[in-house]
Amino acid sequence: MKYYDKLIFELSKEGRCGYSLPANRFPQASELPAGLCRKAPLPLPEVSEPDVVRHYNNLSQMNFGVDTGFYPLGSCTMKYNPKINEEMAALPGFAALHPLMPKELTQGANKVYEEMEKCLGAITGMARFTLDPCAGAHGELTGLMIMRQYHLSRGDMGRTKVIVPDSAHGTNPASAAVCGLEVVEVKSLENGRVDVEALKPLLDSSVAGMMMTNPNTLGLFETQIKEISALVHGVGGLMYYDGANMNPLMGVVRPGDMGFDIMHLNLHKTFSTPHGGGGPGSGPVGVQAYLADCLPAIKVSGFHGNFGVILRAYAYILSLGKQNLRKVGEYSVLSANYIKECLKDVYKLPIEGVCKHEFVFDGLIDDGAHDDVPGATTLDVAKRLLDYGFHAPTIYFPLLFHQALMIEPTETESKETIDAFIEVMRKIAAEAAQDPMILHDAPHNTPISRPDETTAARNPILKYQDTL
Amino acid sequence: MSKVIEGLKYSESHEWVKVEGNVAFIGVSDFAQKEMGDITYVDMPEEGDDVLAGEEFGALESVKAASDLISPVSGTVVLVNAALEDAPEAINEDAYANWIIKVEMSLPSELDKLMDAAAYKAFIGE
Repeated sequence: MKYYDKLIFELSKEGRCGYSLPANRFPQASELPAGLCRKAPLPLPEVSEPDVVRHYNNLSQMNFGVDTGFYPLGSCTMKYNPKINEEMAALPGFAALHPLMPKELTQGANKVYEEMEKCLGAITGMARFTLDPCAGAHGELTGLMIMRQYHLSRGDMGRTKVIVPDSAHGTNPASAAVCGLEVVEVKSLENGRVDVEALKPLLDSSVAGMMMTNPNTLGLFETQIKEISALVHGVGGLMYYDGANMNPLMGVVRPGDMGFDIMHLNLHKTFSTPHGGGGPGSGPVGVQAYLADCLPAIKVSGFHGNFGVILRAYAYILSLGKQNLRKVGEYSVLSANYIKECLKDVYKLPIEGVCKHEFVFDGLIDDGAHDDVPGATTLDVAKRLLDYGFHAPTIYFPLLFHQALMIEPTETESKETIDAFIEVMRKIAAEAAQDPMILHDAPHNTPISRPDETTAARNPILKYQDTL
Repeated sequence: MSKVIEGLKYSESHEWVKVEGNVAFIGVSDFAQKEMGDITYVDMPEEGDDVLAGEEFGALESVKAASDLISPVSGTVVLVNAALEDAPEAINEDAYANWIIKVEMSLPSELDKLMDAAAYKAFIGE
């Protein structure tokens, strides 16, 4: 890989021009008030067309994505994004839509919304959906506001608590706090599932609801989910389903049948739309029929939601169909279990048994520590993977294990790719046992080895000007 | 091997307390500092704030994690260690020399619930 780190401003040469604008047909004197007019021209980079094309192509070569290689980032479901989704989104009837178009011209888009709501309802067992939320955490906040609204609408004012397992995604307690609810943590058992006995004493009439991810962040199915739902419902609380881990259940089990009242989906994970780098996402929220009145807005607005993402996810659902959606769940579970079983003799597996779409190792079995040389950590393994051309898995999450390394292969990888990954993971374990320094110094083959994260956090350089 | 100092009291959430009369100096243990890695930010209360035993009074942030600071005692914050605002790494350099808050205790009997050095050593398995 050629190292390239220039900014477009560094390529600028005074007077160079890539595009000629026609002469200004309007008088020089602007109609804007003088105080609002720019005094000097914008300091835009002056570059030629080849400069621009090469600049962005070089930058794009510095990137790694699912179109480049295997991306086993746990809890992120970095599955391949089928190109047919892009083709559908590029159809002029969709691509040229504008939010202010009269509704006579947007019926096609409205139909996509309507059918998507039905599809998601069929997949999840929920009666109604709002497609507005723009990402998972946005969906969580919307869902919790629905929960609060439901209690308030019944005059039930004392419900201030939300129960969250200690294995939860960090967004769960964060969303509850933003919604003005108090977070109460419930512990997990040794087997990684919610401790039902520890849950019971937390339940009373102050509980607004409980948020759960199933399978949880350890990739384990919460086998007592129906009992948990019944207990929470028993004290008048609602069950919220964090859909981040919906992938392995697709077409097999429905949150609506597990006793969940409200849920969100991550279309950008489970439904194959591109993500990473912060967006764009889509986090539709579904509810049981009795909560339909608490949904934010049944009416579709051109300004709500990430329509392009919803459209791509709709294309994904239609191109797979009911029969093949089930295979998504089955194959993602098969891939994860295959990797787990092939590696558990060299990486610590804290919880034995069948996992769903992802699983967590707790570091190396033999980290190679000897004399003054510290052993190889999960961070070192992740860095070494980059040398072999794989994206690193999620590390140090969930927090239940000190050396957590969370692998999610998804259903879209071939056996050959997965075998190549297993071989490399075994090679890294052997390297660590022999000489952990190889791992401590990794990555060796990337343009930048290890950034100084501490200095970056203590003295961040946030603007181009700061580097000058 | 983490350092544990005799004469201090320790909590299960790895804070230490040094008692001087009715005043408690509170910091985090060497074990906690090592677990956190390079500390990049210390979130501290304001002077005059009340703290409650078992409740959070601030947070440590490192490259690896963010971790709540839990007060081992109840009382009023009389002083915060402002030097940590610009030099959070001082906690990594010497976790016991760099206290985080100084608290005027309202219920000194709470100290009895904390561990002594020997018990804390056993607690962290060293």
